[in-house]
Amino acid sequence: MKRLGDFLISPHGSTEIVMGNTAIVRGMIESGVRVVTSYPGSPTPEIAAAITAISKDKNPLYFEFSTNEKVATEVAFGASINGHLSTVFFKSVGLNVAADTFVQLGHMEVIGGMVIVIGDDPGANSSQNEQDNRHYARLAYVPMLEPSTPTEAYTMFKKAAQLSIERYMPVILRMTTHVCHAKEKVTFSSWTPLPLNHSSRFNVDNGPYIPLTTKLVLPLKRRALEKLAQFAADADTSSLNTVINNNNPLYGIITMGAPFQSLQDVLEETALKPDILKLGIIHPLPKQLVADFLRQHKEVKIVEELDDFIEQQVKALAYDMDISTKIIGKQDYEDWLNEYTPEKVSTILQKTWPHLLADKKPRIPLFHWSPRPAQLCPGCGHRSAFHAIKQALDPNDITVADIGCHTLGIMEPYNMGQVLLCMGHSSGTAAGLSLFNNSRKVVAFLGDSTFFHAGLPGIINAVFNHHNFTLILLDNGTTAMTGHQSHPGVGYNVNGPTEKITIRRVLDGIGITNIREIDAYAQAQLTEAVKAALTEKGFKVIIAKHPCMLKAMRERNAAGKPLPPSVEITTDCNQNYTCVSAFACPTFQHNDDGSIIVHKDLCIGDGSCKQTCPTKAILHKRPKKEDNS
Amino acid sequence: MPEIKMDIYIIGVGGQGIGLLSEVIIRAADYAGFPVRGTDTHGLAQRGGTVSSCVRIGSHAHSALIRTGCADMVIALEKNEALRGLNSHLRDGGTLIYYDTQWQPLLVRLKKECLLKSEDISSECQCRNILEYQIAPTKLSNPKMQNIALLASIAKHNKILGITPLHYELALNDLLEGNKLENNLSLFRSLIAAL
Repeated sequence: MKRLGDFLISPHGSTEIVMGNTAIVRGMIESGVRVVTSYPGSPTPEIAAAITAISKDKNPLYFEFSTNEKVATEVAFGASINGHLSTVFFKSVGLNVAADTFVQLGHMEVIGGMVIVIGDDPGANSSQNEQDNRHYARLAYVPMLEPSTPTEAYTMFKKAAQLSIERYMPVILRMTTHVCHAKEKVTFSSWTPLPLNHSSRFNVDNGPYIPLTTKLVLPLKRRALEKLAQFAADADTSSLNTVINNNNPLYGIITMGAPFQSLQDVLEETALKPDILKLGIIHPLPKQLVADFLRQHKEVKIVEELDDFIEQQVKALAYDMDISTKIIGKQDYEDWLNEYTPEKVSTILQKTWPHLLADKKPRIPLFHWSPRPAQLCPGCGHRSAFHAIKQALDPNDITVADIGCHTLGIMEPYNMGQVLLCMGHSSGTAAGLSLFNNSRKVVAFLGDSTFFHAGLPGIINAVFNHHNFTLILLDNGTTAMTGHQSHPGVGYNVNGPTEKITIRRVLDGIGITNIREIDAYAQAQLTEAVKAALTEKGFKVIIAKHPCMLKAMRERNAAGKPLPPSVEITTDCNQNYTCVSAFACPTFQHNDDGSIIVHKDLCIGDGSCKQTCPTKAILHKRPKKEDNS
Repeated sequence: MPEIKMDIYIIGVGGQGIGLLSEVIIRAADYAGFPVRGTDTHGLAQRGGTVSSCVRIGSHAHSALIRTGCADMVIALEKNEALRGLNSHLRDGGTLIYYDTQWQPLLVRLKKECLLKSEDISSECQCRNILEYQIAPTKLSNPKMQNIALLASIAKHNKILGITPLHYELALNDLLEGNKLENNLSLFRSLIAAL
């Protein structure tokens, strides 16, 4: 087996098939990064998986999952002003959480260097929006680089680190989903480990690091702008931007990132290839380079995913420099939406220059195919909880979802969760929904990792301001949705065992007295608890707890232990379909004749379904010696 | 080395091992000396939703993503996903290989939609001049090895020209170890011998 952890720290150069997220980690090691922090979120968790694949005694990187992105950014910042090259990485919307800290970084002399890796998610594959974080680079006067392949992710990370170290300024590496997850053969350089410098190099003379009052803030901002202007001047001749000359004086395209690769695919089909300016530096704009490119063409199309970030600047530039080239940006709302896949870029080019590409007619499918959305896994405690909670609610009550696996409760047949904003919003939103509302009960959901991430302020607010709603904490003992990362409540971090910070102890400490704690598999008890809580005034908390069964099954599988036997349907089944239609574990499926089958590939033998059958027709034969470990 | 241009779209349900199958084919293509790239597209779908993966073999490929309607081959680990991949990505005249098992999608389980029939897939394939290979389920000690059963069939029948069973074995050796490697390799070899 080729061990990820071995080649990532090999002193020799090598050629490996890796995804973009993995390639970045080799970039970190070659650049001399010492401190890496994160909060898990798609599309970036594999960066953490690669770092933690390196054996602890050989790992040159200190790594931690911090409690949230803001804290992660602060830890990385602190390390950098103490002289250590640092990196923080998180998903697109993580930058919103980190923003209060992040917007200050450009004002600071990060003497050790600091790279911020953002995994943007055009198409909202696994996020609540498809926000374009390029705007943040402009907002905070921080340079941003954007790779289009794993190879570029590796080389650009190293470049970002080098620029950051040289200029004491933070640099953003903006990845997008299909750059993070794209796989290709990447050639890595050799690496000479540097001895670790343990000296504390924080020195106020490198600052000032206190941005307070006009007297101090304005000079810091001026310095940030000066640094950015110098970066822009150097960007004009940087090898990070490339021009592909197809000898086309008529048409040019300015593009970047994953859309550049899509464009290359599309242009394979035509002999009339426009020239291409591919930007690796997204912010600040290399003005002279862009101006020259504009002047060399009659028409220039800007192919950029999501917002018109580059378009606005290019048009302003053309106005300032009196350039008459026709600049074609976004043409309708569709151009603002979704990933720029090859077919999307093809459609956009057809709209722009209809004669360039042959028109491909979409095929009309003969048969309908059924959608298959993500769903709660067989044995999931959240399914049991939602099934039980639903029995206690009036259809008129209001349920507030939050982020995590339990978000999947919004789907049929549970329909638990009618409003969702972001991580940890549920208590705040539920509090607002409960004001001037005597007729509809308000129930909010929250997961255990999110409790620590952003849930606490809303909970404390509910206590502080005497709000009237029920919070159900769906505790599965892990950060499940992003791949089972640890959090402060589980008793270990990536580096070893820790003291558990239990949710119950925190709630007690806040002074919440109305708390119920129930195993999510104990459905009747949970239904009664919710019914009781709903009749009580004030802020009530129910902890519905059951360990993530996907995690438990994977651990069992890895240990070579067999699964418990599947459940069986007995002849007592009168086909009322509660198991398949209301409880809806994917294990239960229909036969053509109307009978129910248990899908043996799916059933994990947890038996949480057994109690849902009104005729007790689900048989769960546990082995005689049940192994609960 | 002959030029090759082969875009393979792999599709199945989260938990069926699409990631491993895709990475084995990527690495096997590399061992066979072909330029190759690819990507998984999973989003939240590791929780029982549709998972797909693109493998692009040849120097024509720039993006890691295959355009809709342009895949030369669709490999599906499940029947409903076979129909999805056939419609979304397979080109007319391409090849469909699917493992003939059924994990009913949500709306089928909720009785809001009908069960899919194999004949529906076959008639669409005939209509569009698509070569259809239906892999009958084999008795497996672990259903998680369905991906290897499918791989063995692809290897045995030389479905990806230029990639031999040895290349697939080298890829498996890269990715697995211990009992897991032994179990997968012995299944792979026994199916190739038997098929």
